[in-house]
Amino acid sequence: MSGAEIGLALSVFLACTVEAVEALTIVLAVGSTRSWESTMLGVGAATLALAVIVLALGPALTSLPIDVLRVLVGGLLLIFGLQWLRKAILRAAGLKAKHDEELTYAQETAAARAAGAPPPRFDPYSFAISFKGVLLEGLEVAFIVLTFGANQHNIPLASAAAAAAVLLVILAGVAARAPLARVPENAMKFAVGVMLTSFGMFWGAEGAGASWPGGDAALLAIVPLVLASGLAMASALRVPAGVPAASPVTTVSRGPSA
Amino acid sequence: MRRLRAFLAGAWDFIVGDDWRTALGVVVALGVVALLAQAGVEAWWVMPPAVTGLLALSIRPAARGSQPAARTDADTG
Repeated sequence: MSGAEIGLALSVFLACTVEAVEALTIVLAVGSTRSWESTMLGVGAATLALAVIVLALGPALTSLPIDVLRVLVGGLLLIFGLQWLRKAILRAAGLKAKHDEELTYAQETAAARAAGAPPPRFDPYSFAISFKGVLLEGLEVAFIVLTFGANQHNIPLASAAAAAAVLLVILAGVAARAPLARVPENAMKFAVGVMLTSFGMFWGAEGAGASWPGGDAALLAIVPLVLASGLAMASALRVPAGVPAASPVTTVSRGPSA
Repeated sequence: MRRLRAFLAGAWDFIVGDDWRTALGVVVALGVVALLAQAGVEAWWVMPPAVTGLLALSIRPAARGSQPAARTDADTG
């Protein structure tokens, strides 16, 4: 496996783990409060929709000329990666609230109870909330799978990394029977932001006609540079001890997340 | 028409997010690389300072105002 392929698999795995943890919180909250059957139907439908998106757009992307693909994918990854990195830096510095899966779980559970008693057979509420949660969380992963995978002409590897992450989170969720609150979400988001930004910079410049010194080996300098810049910015912005940091954030069932 | 508009708005929000200046900066940086490369000039060096500069600019508003409000909606990253 080449360095770029390891980067691809690692980025997809980390991104997918973070999103799957957030989706799991919603699924657990709705399923345990209302109807597991309808919740799992929603999860299945969303997973199918995501698979269709990857299967439909994958071949279209991989058929683009390599330079067009690289500048397009590089630009998109850079825009996406800089957003992930900016938010991870602000969270690490205490200027932006971190996700709190236990709080999200409590709020989703309260909302599910407030929606009234579930019907005896199919529960539209459970279906809709789990479908929306999984689809919106999964869209970011599908985007990363498609862009990384298409550029490396290895969508199967990207899909396998995503599937491994989902499986791991499901197993951990089944074992814990609770939201995975101890997963270091922000550190993982920081890492994903670094990888997306680094690969986006590398591929975008190559697609635009530049040649990196050392070819693929330039990534060995780009990744540490982006990581060091991010850490330096987080350190420079860190809220001093004694000043309250931003209060926790809850998300997911109502919009694309992270 | 309304559906198309909603789709485009959703796509914009998904890809560009809440910081269009960073997206514009990325497009400009890649454009500069393309122009230099077409002129036969080494262009790779444009990207590292451009990207770190864009990142620094994007966190500046939060750095200036010390305590942003806790967020309850959802966003990318």
